[in-house]
Amino acid sequence: MIEIKHLQKTFGEKHVLKDVNLNIPKGKTTCILGGSGSGKSTLIKCLIGLLEVSGGQILVDGRDITKITSEVKLAALRRRFGYLFQEGALFDSMSVGQNVTFGLKYLTDVPEKDYPKIIKEKLALVGLREDVAKLNPSELSGGMKKRVSLARVLAVEPEVILYDEPTTGLDPIMSDIISDLIIDLKAKLGVTSIVITHDMHSAFKIADYIAFLYEGNILLYGTPEDFRKTDNPYVKQFVTGSSHGPIQMKLMKE
Amino acid sequence: MFASVGRYVLNVLNEVGGSADMLRSCVFWLWRSKFEWRQTVEQSVNIGVNSFGVTALTSLFTGMVLALQAGNTIGSIFGDPIFVGTLVTFSLVRELGPVLTSVVVSGRAGAAVTAQIGTMAVTEQIDALYTLGTNPIRYLVIPRMVAFVCTLPVLTLFSNLFGVIGGYLVSVYALNVPGEVYLTDITSFVDIEDFMHGFIKTFFFALMIGTVCCYKGISTRGGAEGVGKSTTGAVVTTIVLILVLDYFLTAILTAFGI
Ligand SMILES: Nc1ncnc2c1ncn2[C@@H]1O[C@H](COP(=O)(O)OP(=O)(O)O)[C@@H](O)[C@H]1O
Ligand SMILES: [Mg+2]
Repeated sequence: MIEIKHLQKTFGEKHVLKDVNLNIPKGKTTCILGGSGSGKSTLIKCLIGLLEVSGGQILVDGRDITKITSEVKLAALRRRFGYLFQEGALFDSMSVGQNVTFGLKYLTDVPEKDYPKIIKEKLALVGLREDVAKLNPSELSGGMKKRVSLARVLAVEPEVILYDEPTTGLDPIMSDIISDLIIDLKAKLGVTSIVITHDMHSAFKIADYIAFLYEGNILLYGTPEDFRKTDNPYVKQFVTGSSHGPIQMKLMKE
Repeated sequence: MFASVGRYVLNVLNEVGGSADMLRSCVFWLWRSKFEWRQTVEQSVNIGVNSFGVTALTSLFTGMVLALQAGNTIGSIFGDPIFVGTLVTFSLVRELGPVLTSVVVSGRAGAAVTAQIGTMAVTEQIDALYTLGTNPIRYLVIPRMVAFVCTLPVLTLFSNLFGVIGGYLVSVYALNVPGEVYLTDITSFVDIEDFMHGFIKTFFFALMIGTVCCYKGISTRGGAEGVGKSTTGAVVTTIVLILVLDYFLTAILTAFGI
């Protein structure tokens, strides 16, 4: 449903994305792998128009969204996407409950009297009890923050969910719980998911397809099985998490 | 040397352009969407309550010191401290009331606005607003701009009042000027134009403080350090601009006979 063609993004002199080509199939989970600073967040921010692209196309259902300039049309497009931010990005001046229902006021016609029901339902969906709703974001642990943030995304019922490093900074058990949650949501709601990660364990568990982003290009695209069997030294090094290999040599040359 | 001056000038031009852009989208969104009443009232209360105590105190002492200086100087020339009320009130309502109040408000409330919006920017809360269907200009900037424009003039009114009271206290108790004389000095020589001269300025100061502080907040990058930088940057910029703007506003307003 989403086709990324020759996508480029530069910040000043820095070419972060050089030529990214990628298809995101509907109803599947696509993982984007890559090292820190390789431009993963940049890539998905381009997808929902938080960043302006420097070149190339992004087709959503055949329509090029990089050509949309009207703020109103862009808002209509963003409505179909949910974005789970890396640190949660919860509004710290509001309670958990207000955070969860924030998008409803602007994106939907849901009457305010239904909000308590939605809060309860969405918190349950991410495995949190209703009484969390009264807390402030500063009172939550890292894992809870991510789950509340996910509940906020789910409240507006998006077709596509973009996860920015959903398991980074969490302990292994919480990481696995979040991975299960992503699988669960795909099964229950049939959403299309794009998951950015450098957590190989999680990627192999949740992904239908994996894309490896390296130096601004997609180096390898395939199923988790393809990634396990690959001969590509770069991908192999990343998958096994070794400090010895071509990636480090590249780093030293710079 | 030239390169760094050039870079500095480019930087400033860039920021001016960015601020102008933000102001333009403020106007765009002001007419096109539901007005955020709750946010606006909340922010006005914040700014007003935040700054009232400090502005009252500064203006009280400003009035006192003005009276003391005027009394001593005039006393040593004419032998008698005459026209103290006139001098104090004249200086206050035309210049010191608006300027000092604006400076205090920018240091107190302006810094808080930049720090808050800046923190939201570096923790991706601003991006989150976009993804949840809310334009941050509409949701964050406009309410704060309106709050500044509504509260700064009111705070200035109180500052003027407290300054005049401070002058009264010093005149009566330190300079032995009768209270009635101090008050008639005010009513017979200071007129409504003098008051308007200062009052009109406050709207421009408020608009400038709102613009600079919100823009610095929104354009914050680079974590906690970035928030610190943009907050001090916002305060320094607004204070300098208040004084610069004050000169030009005075020139323009007097040209119009106010
Ligand atoms: N707004 C920005 N301005 C300038 N450079 C940026 C900006 N956002 C990201 N970058 C740079 O782009 C590169 C990729 O960033 P990012 O997409 O966040 O990487 P990651 O893969 O870790 O998510 C980094 O080197 C970062 O410094
Ligand atoms: Mg990132």
